[in-house]
Amino acid sequence: MLQLANIKKSFNEKKVIKGIDLSVRKGEVVVIVGPSGSGKSTLLRMMNALEYPTEGDIRLEGESILYKDINGKHTSRNDKELSKFRAEIGMVFQGFHLFAHKTVLENIIEGPIHVRKIKKEQAIQEAEYLLKKVGLSDKRNQYPHSLSGGQQQRIAIARALAMKPKMLLFDEPTSALDPELVGEVLIVMKELALEGMTMAVVTHEMGFAREVGDRVIFIDQGVIVQDAPPEKFFHTTNGNERIRKFLSTLSRNAV
Amino acid sequence: MNDFLSNAREFAPRFLEGTVITVELTIISLILSLIIGLAVALGKITPNKFINKVCGIYISIVRGTPLLVQMMYVYFVFPDLGLSLSAFQAAIVALSINESAYLAETFRAGIKSIPKGQMEAAKAIGMNYSLSMRRIILPQAIKNVIPAIGNSAIVLIKNSSLAAVITVTELMHEGNLLASSTYQNIQIFTMIGIIYWALHYPLAILVDYLEKRGNKNNVTTSQY
Repeated sequence: MLQLANIKKSFNEKKVIKGIDLSVRKGEVVVIVGPSGSGKSTLLRMMNALEYPTEGDIRLEGESILYKDINGKHTSRNDKELSKFRAEIGMVFQGFHLFAHKTVLENIIEGPIHVRKIKKEQAIQEAEYLLKKVGLSDKRNQYPHSLSGGQQQRIAIARALAMKPKMLLFDEPTSALDPELVGEVLIVMKELALEGMTMAVVTHEMGFAREVGDRVIFIDQGVIVQDAPPEKFFHTTNGNERIRKFLSTLSRNAV
Repeated sequence: MNDFLSNAREFAPRFLEGTVITVELTIISLILSLIIGLAVALGKITPNKFINKVCGIYISIVRGTPLLVQMMYVYFVFPDLGLSLSAFQAAIVALSINESAYLAETFRAGIKSIPKGQMEAAKAIGMNYSLSMRRIILPQAIKNVIPAIGNSAIVLIKNSSLAAVITVTELMHEGNLLASSTYQNIQIFTMIGIIYWALHYPLAILVDYLEKRGNKNNVTTSQY
């Protein structure tokens, strides 16, 4: 579905991603973990070209989302072409980023109507189905600021789903939430995973990684340290010392 | 006092004519300057470096020179460059240009005040730059700067009095003419002051109201 080939990214002189190859297959849930500053969010943000890699290429279903070849010339895609790809890859942010001047329903139908160009009635119908799915039908006409963080994040997921994306990216979707609100968002994400949605998730929720993830990818200092199924990753005999240390720090903090 | 009232009655038609012109100058210039100001603000933040530069220079020149000079320039220099304008048209052009530079900065501040996440979220659902601006950023930004625009409009009403120097028969000019023919300086200039104040007052109340309303349901966006 999505392939990253030898991706590198520097901010000014600082190398954040130092060469990553990664592919996400259809229907797969890939969980990306790592210490803060390891570059995992940057990696995720490059998957829909919100950040542009300094080197390397990203392919969606075999087609490069960053470059095009016209008459043998290798050039960067322009804003409009990038937007076309972004419409196929949904994203859920740590800070929700619901459109503050729009109601819940308007947030969800905005993309379908103005990007997909579908009819308003149909968009509303689909939005209502999605609202039901995330359990927030009664919030239809409210504004984001009147909702809790957990509710806002579930709306943000509905907004991303409304575009019928081929894949969803989650950038620490529960990190900004009060602990008691984390569960309601994870439940929605788990449901999506069970329905076969292709997902790449950056998170600190190890329970989610273990239970829902097909693969866990550990990133540190801009490279992939390990790419393993959760049962192997979380096993006490994980041969990598950095990962063992990371996991033990997390479990200590959790107490 | 009787003198004052009878004089006032005598001057009233002239003042009324002048006031109408002042209001016309203000409204037309405000509309034009809103359009130019928004365009310049967008030019200043667009990814194109050349357009940024041009808009930056425009703002710098307009804000760095007195309105009086601009007024004279449009009225007396433009004809030499092949563009002859009536006094009224010249005043409109000068006021619009002058006001647009300040409004451009107001709009730009409004756009910058919208959290980055709003643009990213718009991009993430496949919106391109111009669609994101139009549908997501500008509606929020403009709502936030409406009180500031109101304040600019108040300044514009008063600035329009400078059109008197290029013989536009607006309120100030009418007053000048009356004063030089009747020598009733105290009365005439007091009345002019009162009329300008009365013109600004509804706007001032509106700005106050909008600011209060804005504070109450201002766009509360998350801290990320």
